Amino acid sequence: MEVDAVEQYVLPETRETPSRFRNPIGKYMIVRNDRCTRCGLCATLCPYGVHPEYDAYSRALKPRSHRCIGFSCRQNDFYCIQHCPEKALTLHTNPILETLGDFRWTAEMLIGNWEMAETGRLPLVDLEYTLGCSGGGFDKMRFRHPDPEVYLDLPDEVIDTGIDLNRRRDGRPDKRLSLPCYGGGMSFGSTALSVIVGRARAAKRLNTLTCTGEGGYPAEFIPYADHVITQVATGLFGVREETILFAPVVEFKYAQGAKPGLGGHLLGDKVTPEVAAMRGTVVGNALFSPFPFHSVYSVEDHKKHVDWVKEINPRALVSVKVSTPTDVDMVAVGSYYAGAHIIHIDGSYGGTGAAPDIAKKNIAMPIEYAIPKVHRFLIQEGVRDEICLIASGGIRNAMDVAKAIALGANGVVIGTAELVALECVRCGNCESGRGCARGIATTDPELGSMIAEEWAEQRIVNMYSAWRKQWCSLLRQYGLKSIKELVGRTDLLVHLDYLDEAERAAYAPSPQGPVII
Amino acid sequence: MPKRYHVAVLASPPRFHAIGKYATIEFKEDCAGSCRECVKKKCVYGVFRETHEHALKMIEPEYLYICQSCFRCVQECTKGIFSRVINPAYRNLGNNYWSRDILHRLWYQAHFGKIPVSGAGYRGPFTGKGFDSMWTDMSEIVRPTRDGIHGREYINTSIELSRRNTFLTFAPDGSLDCEPPPILEIPIPVLFQWPENIVKTRSLILSTAMAAVELGTLLFLDPEDFTEALLPYAGNMVFRVNGGDLSRFPPFLQQSRMVEISDGPKLARLVGDLRELRPGLIVAVGVPLTPEAPSTAVRLAEADVDSIHFYATESGYEKHTASPRFLKDCIRSVHLELVNHSLRQKVNLLFSGGIAMAEHMAKAIICGADGVVADTVLPVALECRLCSRCREGLSCPVKLDDIINPQWGKQRIVNLMGAWHSQLLEVMGAMGIREARRIRGEIGRSMHFYELEREIFGPIFGERKVPECA
Repeated sequence: MEVDAVEQYVLPETRETPSRFRNPIGKYMIVRNDRCTRCGLCATLCPYGVHPEYDAYSRALKPRSHRCIGFSCRQNDFYCIQHCPEKALTLHTNPILETLGDFRWTAEMLIGNWEMAETGRLPLVDLEYTLGCSGGGFDKMRFRHPDPEVYLDLPDEVIDTGIDLNRRRDGRPDKRLSLPCYGGGMSFGSTALSVIVGRARAAKRLNTLTCTGEGGYPAEFIPYADHVITQVATGLFGVREETILFAPVVEFKYAQGAKPGLGGHLLGDKVTPEVAAMRGTVVGNALFSPFPFHSVYSVEDHKKHVDWVKEINPRALVSVKVSTPTDVDMVAVGSYYAGAHIIHIDGSYGGTGAAPDIAKKNIAMPIEYAIPKVHRFLIQEGVRDEICLIASGGIRNAMDVAKAIALGANGVVIGTAELVALECVRCGNCESGRGCARGIATTDPELGSMIAEEWAEQRIVNMYSAWRKQWCSLLRQYGLKSIKELVGRTDLLVHLDYLDEAERAAYAPSPQGPVII
Repeated sequence: MPKRYHVAVLASPPRFHAIGKYATIEFKEDCAGSCRECVKKKCVYGVFRETHEHALKMIEPEYLYICQSCFRCVQECTKGIFSRVINPAYRNLGNNYWSRDILHRLWYQAHFGKIPVSGAGYRGPFTGKGFDSMWTDMSEIVRPTRDGIHGREYINTSIELSRRNTFLTFAPDGSLDCEPPPILEIPIPVLFQWPENIVKTRSLILSTAMAAVELGTLLFLDPEDFTEALLPYAGNMVFRVNGGDLSRFPPFLQQSRMVEISDGPKLARLVGDLRELRPGLIVAVGVPLTPEAPSTAVRLAEADVDSIHFYATESGYEKHTASPRFLKDCIRSVHLELVNHSLRQKVNLLFSGGIAMAEHMAKAIICGADGVVADTVLPVALECRLCSRCREGLSCPVKLDDIINPQWGKQRIVNLMGAWHSQLLEVMGAMGIREARRIRGEIGRSMHFYELEREIFGPIFGERKVPECA
């Protein structure tokens, strides 16, 4: 098919970016016993690099099991288990899978994310990385079987996965992102500096955004300032005139989905001298972000805030981040009338930072409900075309992003998935003591040095590159050239609980676990 | 400055290692044996240091009770010989309702008195049965106090257990022309009762009674379980009596502020006799939670009782019916029936059975309860594993059938209730409500799975084909 003269998206370079750890976790395990004679046949056969071999090193190396495609390889000519002359190799499913993951992020979804972050392409291993076991919401939704007639044979480069953040046509800059998502706020203090800077570097390469969170604006962000959102939250930590002036987008955080209505809390252990200096506080003292803004009692007060930012930085767009109460639709419309460019709704099942379990599970509605509710109400109010609706909170993978957009969002904000790309295992122990044992959500000098900025940057670039492939593939199937055409296309979605048994059988069933929590 | 209600929590470690979630596998044949980089030495949480000490003492392994699941040992072992599995004993822990996850969380709260906190988002199913099919609301702007997390002390969680006049009458001179009933108020919406079918010793009851006094709440108790050691705590006990010669009540009963009687044909006379004997006595009626509960509640409210205590099953379901409903729906129907008869303000509703988590307390009140009665969580706070061995006459793995230190037992229960109280404050704070009495029956401040599905997904996906789960 002849490609129209359209703007082509230049894909950032993906590079093999292996795990930081000696033993990456994969779905399968290859075990080599002592009958191995190091003949090297397996290394020659395997196209996936499961059996490493170095020219100047004759000893057999431990297999890179996480690259193994598993039992589906039996049909291949290069199936190492069958061809090993000494029958020294054994293949089995990794028993550790049972101890990894949970209902929302299954072991296979985590491993799939890691593989994408490592390679920049879709996983080769048979993993269910787009559906969890939660039994509702995104995990019960599927895209309707497409009509083959409408298939568009276009290369990825000309498919538009970008979104426009300024839809108000108010004279402020048109901010266009190349992806339908950007990074959520993670503060300096809650997360290692190398992680947040790595995210900013990735945002620049991908032409998207990341967000400071409520931890101030480290000098390391300045080279990437065009891609960093300054968050103004209730504690106003690190909010200064220059940080508002740097920002292409200023985000007011009224609430966050994981702990709606509860404010933020950085434990004293994480308030190191650097964090305290950045936030203008005392070392070792716990920091609270009260809820809500003490200066906001009404939409009019809120407008005052928005006007204040617009006055300081005439080029900045304003985003308003709220949680998902029953009246989230009214809140969204209020934000529109206050002059916001972006209304960012954060559902209850997401969040990266530490939050009371009772809040994450019980307070406010999941994002799957909030998106269509807000989208519909904005249409009824006649303002849908003038505001950018961004959703977050429990959006875990590329297909969740696409489903959120089909439900009515313009784009989404990603937090946890970026951290998983940096090998977060979601142990959830982000807040206590020295913080994350894996060097991600920590300010401990030793743990915080486990990640290099370049590594973090490339892993995130790789992950989004693989996600983009999935979006392009999806859009082609429905004859869409742009992800903007997917917004609100609920007709392309089905929900398994709303189908007859026969209809349901035509779609991939939800994974059944086992999940033991 | 008004007095603030404060629960003094104090870390009280378990006497026995709880059943941990994980067990390790090591393929020893490949281990160098003296590796300087051994991951067991490098564990950030020191998990294996304790395991080593454990092995030296030759006691039952605890299967990584304190493992935080960071996977670094697995991923950093130089030989790749280290792996993990789920502890087989963990798989068998708890039951369908009292799940292993609930037990672990209860143990954590009884140990530390803190709210369970974690990062990286929610981990559970999208929705579930019973209380798991509803979410509580929050407010973007309205706050109970304008002082964020520091103002939570001013959120009032107290409830009344005494009846109320539905209206007042005044004499021509403007003076009050009716007798206001006595007032009994407790500072948290939870009362205690030791569960049936779980080992019950004097020291367990004493621990619970001490905790009730420290928290300012009440303990339901059968008179035959009373011992001399409980005498100082009799004021916080609600004795279950079934009539008889009231003038011959033992002296300890005279100290209690509230009594619970059974329902029956002589109820009205019994209530009258009790009030005549002890004018300030609060009278509750204990009845099983059955499909007739709404009409029973109306009848009892008209009989002028102070509170009605409905007994559900251990898992929170109705009794004496082939198709039992869950507590959430039962509370709703009882509450609404009383509202329809304009009797709701008169009487207080308490529900026991199935209250397993702090969120259940909050949700039960939102559905229409005044308070809940904690039962099975009490032995769990004292390390009970709900293994049912005691029901079969076998020994208790955590020696609850032996004498326990009542101070330790009291503190564990106080810790658990301290954590529950804090969680109730979180839920109420998020809603912007500063009175527990104000969330009673405030169903509009909650969201329900099937309503959201109908309202939001209905227009998109059409008719739901998968039926509602109970």
